[in-house]
Amino acid sequence: MDALKEKEPMFSAKNMGLIKSPIIKDNPITVQVLGICSALAVTVKLEPAIVMAIAVTVVTAFSNLVMSFIRNITPSRIRIIVMLTVIAFMVIMVDQVLKAFLYDVSRQLSVFVGLIITNCILMGRLEAFAISNKPWPSFLDGIGNGLGYSWILVAVALVREVLGSGTFFGIKLFDTPWWNLYELGYKDNGLMILPPMALILVGVVIWVQRSRHRELIEKN
Amino acid sequence: MNSLRNFLDKVKPAFQEGGKLQKLHSTFDAFETFLFVPDKVTFKGSHIRDSIDMKRTMILVITAMLPALLFGIWNVGFQHFKVNGIEADFWMRVFYGLRTVLPVVVVSYITGLAIEFVFAQIRKHEVNEGFLVSGMLIPLVLPPDIPLWMVAVATAFAVIFGKEVFGGTGMNILNPALTARAFLFFAYPADMTGDKIWVSGTPDGFTGATPLAEAAIGNTGNIPSVFDMFMGWIPGSIGETSTLAILLGAAFLLITGIGSFRIMFSVFAGGYLMGLLFNLWGANAYMEIPAYYHLVMGGFAFGAVFMATDPVSAAQTPTGKWIYGLLIGIFAVLIRVLNPAYPEGMMLAILFMNVAAPLIDHYVIESNIKKRRRRAKKAALLRQSV
Repeated sequence: MDALKEKEPMFSAKNMGLIKSPIIKDNPITVQVLGICSALAVTVKLEPAIVMAIAVTVVTAFSNLVMSFIRNITPSRIRIIVMLTVIAFMVIMVDQVLKAFLYDVSRQLSVFVGLIITNCILMGRLEAFAISNKPWPSFLDGIGNGLGYSWILVAVALVREVLGSGTFFGIKLFDTPWWNLYELGYKDNGLMILPPMALILVGVVIWVQRSRHRELIEKN
Repeated sequence: MNSLRNFLDKVKPAFQEGGKLQKLHSTFDAFETFLFVPDKVTFKGSHIRDSIDMKRTMILVITAMLPALLFGIWNVGFQHFKVNGIEADFWMRVFYGLRTVLPVVVVSYITGLAIEFVFAQIRKHEVNEGFLVSGMLIPLVLPPDIPLWMVAVATAFAVIFGKEVFGGTGMNILNPALTARAFLFFAYPADMTGDKIWVSGTPDGFTGATPLAEAAIGNTGNIPSVFDMFMGWIPGSIGETSTLAILLGAAFLLITGIGSFRIMFSVFAGGYLMGLLFNLWGANAYMEIPAYYHLVMGGFAFGAVFMATDPVSAAQTPTGKWIYGLLIGIFAVLIRVLNPAYPEGMMLAILFMNVAAPLIDHYVIESNIKKRRRRAKKAALLRQSV
């Protein structure tokens, strides 16, 4: 019986849609407005932002997968606590991996890796999707939302690092052997390093996105 | 005049629908209404459209700023020759001041108006004149030697994120000119704070603290006399130093009925009250300076007259205006005295109250509704009992 139902190919249009839609039209940060806090905190430099993006994508995908496997044996009354346990487990795994292989970045991210547990995207996806869908679509949904979160994080971090610190992955851009803009009077923008600028940049992404996709504009 | 009108009428069809230059319609419209009062009349209802449209209002505000601007230009030159120990006559000072200030004004106007025109074209709006005032306010609140590219960046930021994001002139939450200043203050602190930047073209090794900076570190003895601060021959931002020039502008704004007396008065009252309160407390030298010092120091007067009264970002209800102004004065002095990181509290106080203004209005209106409802109920009860 089950075999009949699962004839749907693994990368059907519907399943690929699960990955594609959170990237623009249902983006966790700019449309669902979840997970803003870490987007403000870890986007000063590109490297931690990228590591954070990967970490969140991995955690979302795998906790979605695990939760979807155990969705039928989880009593709905205690489901939140089960979800938290699953997420916490994944986050600790990621944290240990970072500490083992990327110790410097792990120290830069400090408490924010642990705080992935409280990232609203995770709970949101578990509750909204994984709890009522099959493992494979849930996994794809996790990847999709992770990617949607990631590109915003990386885009914001790129602008903030280049304009705020004048570097790109730590390489100086404006003070090179060939040119030195600082001598011409250029200065790094201190506001870019402060959290409000991350909020403004996310706002810019929202602005551009909504003027391109008019259906995203809230009606009221 | 007539030939100008004829010329405009001749080229007008090109900019109207179907014309060659239709895309530039709002640009044409902006220049036409700038040169001539529009002859539009209302067709229904009991509206009266008088000739004071937004362009005329803005021109009046700019006129009110002229004393501060002219004094600022002279003062920039005066300070420059003073610290460099050069004898200079009036015209040398004015000439030096013009050379320093004019580029800032020009850059601010060009950047801001360019962005305004682009947005108006994209949105098919008329070009609004709000920037005519902001473009003049921005230079007046900046130190004289600010790099011009910073002025351009800050103006662009202020116009786009302070105004256009919210829908353009009349829709902004924050005062655009102060947004530009706050942007520079946080983005390039080395060029916006400190001892060296307030006088143009300082010699090496010069330190010339403003009264606020002196007060913030407790050197209240070094504050210039009240007379000097009132007249304004002290270092500072271009247009903020002379309280006298600003008060001339204030009088003009009040006589023409453009500035809100409630806001101006209550800002000064709030600052004075808070100063008195600190006098009572008297925990350090800054708290003990006479309360009226606060009103002539730094940008307090300028903020009260030209920034707080911005009709868009201020509170709209009469009661709300009193509350709004009082709180600006109170917060400005509070930030100055208690937070040494921000010697000039006026900017932050006004921006903060800009954000709070809609809330104030909301509660003023709510309480009014409640009051009237109670009165109506009482009247109804009386009628029943009769």
